[in-house]
Amino acid sequence: MTALLAAHLVVGLGLVAWGRQATRVAVPLAAAVPAATVAWLAVRAGDPLAGRPVTEEVAWVPRLGVDMALRLDGFAVLFAGLVSGMGVLVVAYAGGYLARGGAGQGRLLGLLVLFAGSMLGLVLADDLVVLFGFWELTSVTSFLLIGIEHQSVTARAAALQALLVTTAGGLALLAGVVLLGQAAGGTFRLSEVLADPPGGTATTVGLVLVAVGAFTKSAQVPFHAWLPGAMVAPTPVSAYLHSATMVKAGVYVIGRFAPAFATVWIWRPLVVGVGLATMVVGGLRALRQTDLKLLLAFGTISQLGFMVVLFGLGTADTVVDAGELVLAHALFKAALFMVVGALDHQLGTRDLRHVPRPGRGWAPLTVVTVVSSASMAGVPLLFGFVAKEDAFAGLEAGRFAEAGAVLAAVVVASVLTAAYSLRFAWGALGYGADRSSVGEAPPPPGPGLVVPAVSLATLTVVLGVAPALAEDVVGGVGRALSGAVAPPHLAPWHGLGLPLVLSAVVLAAGVGLFLARSPVDRVLALGHRVPSGGEVYLLALRRLNVLADRVTAVAQSGSLPVYTGVILTTAAVLPTAAFLLGDGWQGWPAVVGPAGQVVVCVAVLVFGAAAGAVHRRFSAALLLGAAGYAMAGLFVVRGGADLALTQVAIETLTTVVFVLVLRRLPDRFESRSSPGGRAVRLAVAATVGTAVFVLALAAGGQRAGTPVSADMVARAVPDGGGRNVVNVILVDFRGIDTMGEVTVLAAAAIGSVALARAGRRPRRTGSDDPTGPSPAEAAGGPRLRRLVVVDVAVRVVFSAVVVGSIYLLFAGHNQPGGGFVGGIVAGAAVALLYVAGGIDDVRRVSRARPWTVLGGGLLLSALTVVVPLALGGAPLEAARWEADLWLLGHVKATSALAFDAGVYLLVVGLVLMVFESFGDDPRRLAHADADRAVHDSTAAPSAHLPEVEEVPGR
Amino acid sequence: MSVLLAATAAGLFAVGTYLVLQRKLSRIIIGLGLLGHGANVLMVGAGRAGRAAIVDGGGEGALADPLPQALALTAIVISFGTTALLLALAYRSWLLTDDDEVQDDVEDELVARRGLPDEDLRGGPDPSDPDDDPDDDTGDDTGRGSHRATDAGGTAGEGR
Repeated sequence: MTALLAAHLVVGLGLVAWGRQATRVAVPLAAAVPAATVAWLAVRAGDPLAGRPVTEEVAWVPRLGVDMALRLDGFAVLFAGLVSGMGVLVVAYAGGYLARGGAGQGRLLGLLVLFAGSMLGLVLADDLVVLFGFWELTSVTSFLLIGIEHQSVTARAAALQALLVTTAGGLALLAGVVLLGQAAGGTFRLSEVLADPPGGTATTVGLVLVAVGAFTKSAQVPFHAWLPGAMVAPTPVSAYLHSATMVKAGVYVIGRFAPAFATVWIWRPLVVGVGLATMVVGGLRALRQTDLKLLLAFGTISQLGFMVVLFGLGTADTVVDAGELVLAHALFKAALFMVVGALDHQLGTRDLRHVPRPGRGWAPLTVVTVVSSASMAGVPLLFGFVAKEDAFAGLEAGRFAEAGAVLAAVVVASVLTAAYSLRFAWGALGYGADRSSVGEAPPPPGPGLVVPAVSLATLTVVLGVAPALAEDVVGGVGRALSGAVAPPHLAPWHGLGLPLVLSAVVLAAGVGLFLARSPVDRVLALGHRVPSGGEVYLLALRRLNVLADRVTAVAQSGSLPVYTGVILTTAAVLPTAAFLLGDGWQGWPAVVGPAGQVVVCVAVLVFGAAAGAVHRRFSAALLLGAAGYAMAGLFVVRGGADLALTQVAIETLTTVVFVLVLRRLPDRFESRSSPGGRAVRLAVAATVGTAVFVLALAAGGQRAGTPVSADMVARAVPDGGGRNVVNVILVDFRGIDTMGEVTVLAAAAIGSVALARAGRRPRRTGSDDPTGPSPAEAAGGPRLRRLVVVDVAVRVVFSAVVVGSIYLLFAGHNQPGGGFVGGIVAGAAVALLYVAGGIDDVRRVSRARPWTVLGGGLLLSALTVVVPLALGGAPLEAARWEADLWLLGHVKATSALAFDAGVYLLVVGLVLMVFESFGDDPRRLAHADADRAVHDSTAAPSAHLPEVEEVPGR
Repeated sequence: MSVLLAATAAGLFAVGTYLVLQRKLSRIIIGLGLLGHGANVLMVGAGRAGRAAIVDGGGEGALADPLPQALALTAIVISFGTTALLLALAYRSWLLTDDDEVQDDVEDELVARRGLPDEDLRGGPDPSDPDDDPDDDTGDDTGRGSHRATDAGGTAGEGR
């Protein structure tokens, strides 16, 4: 079974992908897969029909109890045979329906095969989750098939409607399946759940959800509107998915569950009630259609309602009758669809007011029309009659409440069925058209359009005359669902009795209803006042959109300050409220702590507040730097030597970068905010500040256990091989964290270079050629004289600082320092170079480009993480070497040093990239500004588009 | 965590929040810097103060708690990366608009003001639709049934 499903998948995908190249073999190839399934069924169906299911199982998610469990029993044989047998015929029909080699042919055939596989999986699945998966696959393939003419707005809208409705039902099914599985003790095996049905409220809710899912799929009221919409699909699709197979998936699920759960109080009122309502509504709507295909679609809805009623009752009699009806309906309804498709194909219309009388060569399809319509209406000696009469008999003998009422409703709906069957034949054979408005008889259809329909009609007649041929299959349904042992007795003639009387009444009343069509139409026209399912769907969709608009307008205002304010307020208020409501206060801690803190804390606060208060950009940046230096002082007081070093170096760099960018921006912030906005900002700021204060005090008082770092201090030397615990933590104990952080840094560096460089203006040809005269000269500006004293001083200091930074890198493991600190100190040296000689001097530092340095550093760190893995260790596992070297004495090294060196290189690369981003010569920028002014005043708008500047050659 | 440190962190957070709520990107960046300082104060304040966390490094008294320091150290470096990226944004904003103001999203404003137009919900009239028979508009009752049913399929929502 798994192999068959896989064959569907492979052939279907292959046809979708390469169908255009393989037009000649596409049809045989597509037909071969369902044909093979039919053959397999013919060989293997004996056991399942006799009550011995064939099972197959592939473990899928054993931990969740979900397995790819397949099970072929009598009920599945009926549906699998239907899916595959109809599949062969429909593929053959599609070959005649579509233009040979048409662009969409391979796609359509491939999707049909994929659908056949999904449907086959659905009826074979013995695992509820697997069943749900195939269920969704049929929804998706149906969506693609309805929308196969994707240039058409109508087709797309109809496909979307079908998808929305059926997948919404799919979600209900999933929820129901999960509830049922939980109620059954955690098993999702369908056969186990049904063999020992669970009870309780969860089961009831689950059953309702499953039923809702089935209603959407089988187009039951009030979810039926998508099925008429789906008639925009090509006729082979409509015949296959929307009459013979997919819409019966819901019926199948109801049939599976009904015998086990029919006694749950809500099941029969819900399922049978909806089914009866659908029968009547579908029949009434069908009587009003002039489009023959829509007539059939509403007829399908009505018949599906009939099946839901019969299966939903769940008695041993009715499920067998329902099985007959499924078979009979597939035979006559698909044949009728094929007739409509042939008319549409040859004539270009399927409106019964424009269909002419059948001409030469149409005789086979005329016979098919008459036979199949008659079978649908329930005329004796056809299989539809057998099924309907058995259904009447089953309902009459029904041992359940309100059997009489159900039978009466079914009879009324059957009268409608007989009437619209007659209406269809009348229209399809050209009696409904106005003589004057109809042209010539259409050319006869090709064999591809005729043979499949004729085969179906033949089966209708054969099974109608000798229904005993179907006894095995139908009996298998009874054995599988209700455990009935005795095979049903199917006969064309049951003798006189109530069913026969009812059949006669139905036919007579149907003919009467048809003959009185003018007055009946006037009555039915009143139905316009009832909103159709499509209108309800549209209204619901529109309301949903309006609601979404309102929510969006409130929640997504598009204003950054609003977003930030909401986030910060929430983050401040919620935890504080939770804390204040709880009982976590441990009393006040010490007021000051180490004495030195007072001065630095006051300094931090003063500089910070000043940075917030001033209205000049430069002042604010410098004050931020000052606050940062004060922070370094705080770190010193608290005993964080590495921290203080890093903070000082970073603060220097940050200030330089700020200045580089801010020199472009206006000097002052222009404050346009209203007093109200200011008050809100102040309020949010006060809230956040208070929350931090309260939580900091509270959290400070909560510390009870031994800090985890005690262990880290103890293991620094023996395990990490270093005495500087902070550095050992960074490069060893929590090295993977550091790896992640340097990756973030690299991303930030790349991002800032990309942003800054993408925004540059294109340069004038020749004016900035780096191999030519310096930019300043080219721009015609005065060349700044370089001061020799400064140059020499910077060179000396630069070398010294770089050596110092490398010392910090190597010493870091045992003394304050490390890769971060060393890299930033080296970066500070680069900043010094920049101050003396601008970006050109910075570029001259190394032959490697900034991004090479950055990437090299990242690569080195990553290698240090990965290499131990290759050697069979844990990621970042440290190795240690000791050696006595000439001149250097006893040297110890660990592989963590390589990691730290990577960090060092990366930080240097980051600094170089920052200068590359913002460090352009201001004179060159002034030149670019002049360019900009020219562009702004004269050039076409396209000149404003930012272009990527070519990387200057070196 | 002494009251002094808690107050320092609270003050930094308050000023930082005030700045982050502004529209000028350079003020926002400064605000984020102050928020970062505040977070570092909290982190370092959570650990024990003492002498530098170097084993056998000499000096008296207990070691300072090294773990918060390690965390704060990476935080400092990362915030440098963030600052650089945001400054690049400000620089780009200046290139495009001559200012570093963060504007409201125009698209969002439109949605807030008028919502999606109703026409967007329907599929428009479709010339290639075979069901769209002009004769259906003659107004007789039998025709309307068909037309309406086709409509039901044809009016499903088309996203923007």
